[in-house]
Amino acid sequence: MSVHVPTSLDEAIQLLVANPTARLLSGGTDTMVEVNFNRTKPEAVIALRRIPSLREYSIGPDGIVIGAGVPYASMETGPLAEALPAVAAAARTVGSPQIRAAGTLGGNLGTCSPAGDGLPVLSALNASINLRSPRGTRTVPFAEFMTGVKRNSRATDEIIESVSVAPTTGFQDYAKVGVRNAMVISVASVCFVHDRNTSSVRVALGAVGPTIIRAREAEDWLAGRVDASKQLPSDGALATEFARLVASAARPIDDHRSTAAYRRHAIEVLARRLYLRSTT
Amino acid sequence: MTDTTSFYELTVNGSRREVRDSWIGESLLYVLRERLGLMGSKGACEQGECGSCTVLLDGDAVCSCLVLSASAVGSNIVTVEGLAPNGEPSDVQRAFVDHGAVQCGFCTPGLIVAVHHLLEHNPDPSMIEVKEALSGNICRCTGYGRIFAAVETVVAVRKGAGS
Repeated sequence: MSVHVPTSLDEAIQLLVANPTARLLSGGTDTMVEVNFNRTKPEAVIALRRIPSLREYSIGPDGIVIGAGVPYASMETGPLAEALPAVAAAARTVGSPQIRAAGTLGGNLGTCSPAGDGLPVLSALNASINLRSPRGTRTVPFAEFMTGVKRNSRATDEIIESVSVAPTTGFQDYAKVGVRNAMVISVASVCFVHDRNTSSVRVALGAVGPTIIRAREAEDWLAGRVDASKQLPSDGALATEFARLVASAARPIDDHRSTAAYRRHAIEVLARRLYLRSTT
Repeated sequence: MTDTTSFYELTVNGSRREVRDSWIGESLLYVLRERLGLMGSKGACEQGECGSCTVLLDGDAVCSCLVLSASAVGSNIVTVEGLAPNGEPSDVQRAFVDHGAVQCGFCTPGLIVAVHHLLEHNPDPSMIEVKEALSGNICRCTGYGRIFAAVETVVAVRKGAGS
């Protein structure tokens, strides 16, 4: 194994060209577990933590750009949390404070686990993933980035540079069920984004399918019944039917963490809760 | 650093330390304990669940088991050994002893680092903030009550000293 610690993105890209099979290392919270337990032994590692540009973010009228190396801890409070409350909510549910000091959206996207807490939020925010390679910059919508369980459309010579999100106005939140209230991986999760700018409600589901799932049928059903340019109506029957449709989009499995039936039920409860929370 | 058998330098507790004849894929926790002889950081889960290996990396409290040691070149690393002069307990360590917050003691170094980090950034935390800040440090002996009491005492004493 060789370890490289570049201090600029250009240097990292050159190193990746020279070591095309290198593992890109961000916060280390996934990769180092595999290394510690001898589950993987990469030929080369390119550690990205000392590249300052990856740890920057910007908030402007045209949108928000979050560097791939910004740790979750920087999203929990402060300007990013104010601009993107759903990102803050998801960041607060990631692991422990120690994990949130290390873990990043770039790492979440690189691993692309369906249980990654950042991913439903990027999906519901219609985020774009910005990738850099010797060939230039490529921007991919999240829906085309995650292609399966721990699979994505990053080319072997690309480094995830940042994510871009258009400005939204309206309620947004993330809710998750796990086996306890802290330090826990998601059993089922929902991100709900009410975007008054585009008169839309977007809902994304985590840990209940091979990729993050958008509940398009429920989104369309709701769009036909409410004026999403305004606050959504506080209507329990509407919320119940909406949540039923959201849950029908889930494709959960039975595994060591939970059962498919429980996961679908949890999605329904969380979707109804988030809808009603948006109306208050 | 491209050699499998490596030589590199880390900055630990303000000193430059040479790491020799190690495998380049070793975690910072392993290097601290097995290469540099700093046994304060404890290894239990080696997957970021227990917090017993918590150190400060450029001021952030992180699990040293999840840091690739060779990637920490150029970073400022502080372990539990670096929080107070050798042989003199810090106020946090003293409060843990006074409150019986140390039982088997295995989780204690990680908790001490986490408490120092919390109080440096938030000198007057609410109990919920204390619980959140320590949620990544698992203790199977105390039930946490004595640990929280120790933190409350440090907060009160430091406030008294400052006024």
